Amino acid sequence: MTAPAASTAPPPTAASGSFLSKLEIDARMLGMLAALAAIWIGFDLLSGGVFLTPRNLWNLSVQTASVAIMATGMVLVIVTRNIDLSVGAILGVVGMIIGVAQVQWLPAYLGLEHPLTAPLAVVLAMVIGGSIGLFQGWLIAYMSIPSFIVTLGGLLVWRGAAWWVTTGQTVAPMDTRFKAFGGGVEGALGATTTWVIAAVACGLIIIALGLSRRRRMRFGFPVRPGWADAVIAAVACGIVLAAATIANAYPLPAGTARRWAEANGLVWPEGGLFIPHGVALPVLIAILVGLVMTFIATRRRFGRYVFAIGGNPEAAELSGINTRWTLMKVFGLMGLLCGISACISTARLNAATNAAGTLDELYVIASAVIGGTSLAGGVGTIAGAMLGALVMQSLQSGMVLLGVDTPLQNIVVGAVLVLAVWVDSLYRRRIK
Amino acid sequence: MQTNGTTPLVEMRNISIAFGGIKAVDGVSVDLRPGEVVGLLGHNGAGKSTLIKILSGAYKPDAGEIYVNGEHADIATPRDAKRYGIETIYQTLALADNIDAAGNIFLGREVLTPYGTLDDATMEAETRKVMARLNPHFRRFKEPVKALSGGQRQSVAIARAIYFNARVLIMDEPTAALGPAETQQVADLVLQLKKEGIGIFLISHDIHDVFGLADRVSVMKNGKLVGSANVQDVTQDEVLGMIILGKCPPGATPGPGAS
Repeated sequence: MTAPAASTAPPPTAASGSFLSKLEIDARMLGMLAALAAIWIGFDLLSGGVFLTPRNLWNLSVQTASVAIMATGMVLVIVTRNIDLSVGAILGVVGMIIGVAQVQWLPAYLGLEHPLTAPLAVVLAMVIGGSIGLFQGWLIAYMSIPSFIVTLGGLLVWRGAAWWVTTGQTVAPMDTRFKAFGGGVEGALGATTTWVIAAVACGLIIIALGLSRRRRMRFGFPVRPGWADAVIAAVACGIVLAAATIANAYPLPAGTARRWAEANGLVWPEGGLFIPHGVALPVLIAILVGLVMTFIATRRRFGRYVFAIGGNPEAAELSGINTRWTLMKVFGLMGLLCGISACISTARLNAATNAAGTLDELYVIASAVIGGTSLAGGVGTIAGAMLGALVMQSLQSGMVLLGVDTPLQNIVVGAVLVLAVWVDSLYRRRIK
Repeated sequence: MQTNGTTPLVEMRNISIAFGGIKAVDGVSVDLRPGEVVGLLGHNGAGKSTLIKILSGAYKPDAGEIYVNGEHADIATPRDAKRYGIETIYQTLALADNIDAAGNIFLGREVLTPYGTLDDATMEAETRKVMARLNPHFRRFKEPVKALSGGQRQSVAIARAIYFNARVLIMDEPTAALGPAETQQVADLVLQLKKEGIGIFLISHDIHDVFGLADRVSVMKNGKLVGSANVQDVTQDEVLGMIILGKCPPGATPGPGAS
């Protein structure tokens, strides 16, 4: 593939050479996808074909959502050369508060199962999470306390606060509509919605590629060859459609399907009905969060400042960037995302427990780092971190499927984290 | 201090700043007129860079005033300095290594689309224009500046300073990291900008550099101004004496730091 591509090398500014550089795809990202494929295929073989079933992949996607959402924020935190050790504890305290809000506070005014309960709980979660994040960000940016210390303190404080909300009692069950955020039957969007979302996504991918191409051509900049854009569009749409197909290949369990059919006035046939789950709401939220965060990180001034601060804090300051306010907003955003994740994990559990989110900070940081975020700052992508979260969750789910003991699971995940960072540092040294 | 009628573009009067009890800059006054190059000389640690960072808004002075075009200027942040048309090329270049040339040139002053997103295409187009003037061979617009050579990085830093119509340019050791050809390029650029009426503070510890380009020199030692002189009125040896011994020769106007 390389030879013909090289012979048609257009202007000297375009990357001359390989197929991959023409596509302008990050080789690192490709490596991660390869690792993910290896993990999936490996587990599938070891588990006798159970791993790569629609059912397992669907569950995997739901399990990944919470950590993946927080990992997108952690990327920006780590890019600014900071760390947030408190995300699990923030998730815990927010989950506890919205649990109590749904079960005790809101019903007192609205009555049980009011349609506003779920939206109010989500808004409350985002406000509380965001406020906690902003407060910690203020301590870090304006009081100049190292983020490691502030968030280490935060880990203890917010975990303690989570206990304090109900003095340790678990709160359950959640509002029915709220439970949709956790996936499950309530949060499965169904086949039609899934196909519509997939079609819209494909359309947007093609439009975005076309617009970016036209814009570069108008300025006379070098563009990717047409076939490369076509390949990218085809691959991206292919992935979207494949994911939709898989989500729609996982039927509701017979009992649930029957209840659903009856509720929708359908006659329950003898052989049962194949009612697909479709994409799960938490997964859709995670994807939207990923898109919004990517937009913020790459297309907004705020994102540019975040990366500039990570690349050279002094230079950022000297160029007139309000680095403190930017930093405070980064932590505020992180807290807000913890709030969203708190909704998902509380809804999924259908209960608020004060242990929710325990150790999540480590999984979130590990996801970001496996996803190529450099702890030295300045480097990282949202998509990479989400993929990192998927890799971590795949390992864990796979081991659960194989019946590996929990201690051994932790040993493997820990070892993989170290291995991933080592391989990454080798790769970076080589391309330098 | 000599005056020749025109209002100084920039005047710093009795500037002092201390860090932890040590007076890094102590009662220094310097000025700069349009189209003039003033060399700031002194040993490492003499306070040149600190003085200049006060002008560029990186530090806030403990005492003293800054006047721009004869009017009192309140410079508390780098943004303030830029509003007065004061641009700085720092010794460290102050580039964000992980961002490309356009991102660095427009850092803090991004061009936005009507939707409030970064207008990368316009910024890249403008970068291509300004770089074509400074460094015609520059091609690596899409790469983080980390990947660039010393000279290329320098030209990005210079491009950032001159793109926004600077009236005062501060160059802190602009040639310290450059080879002979690139040093010559910087010298040519200084002369060209001077012709355009831009005032330039040139900071260096190499007096040969400064004598070739500057109209006047001001020498600092231990945070104090030893003296200022037109370059025609003093010899290089005399200026060396000012730098090393703090001795002010007859051709120069002595400052508080003269021994």
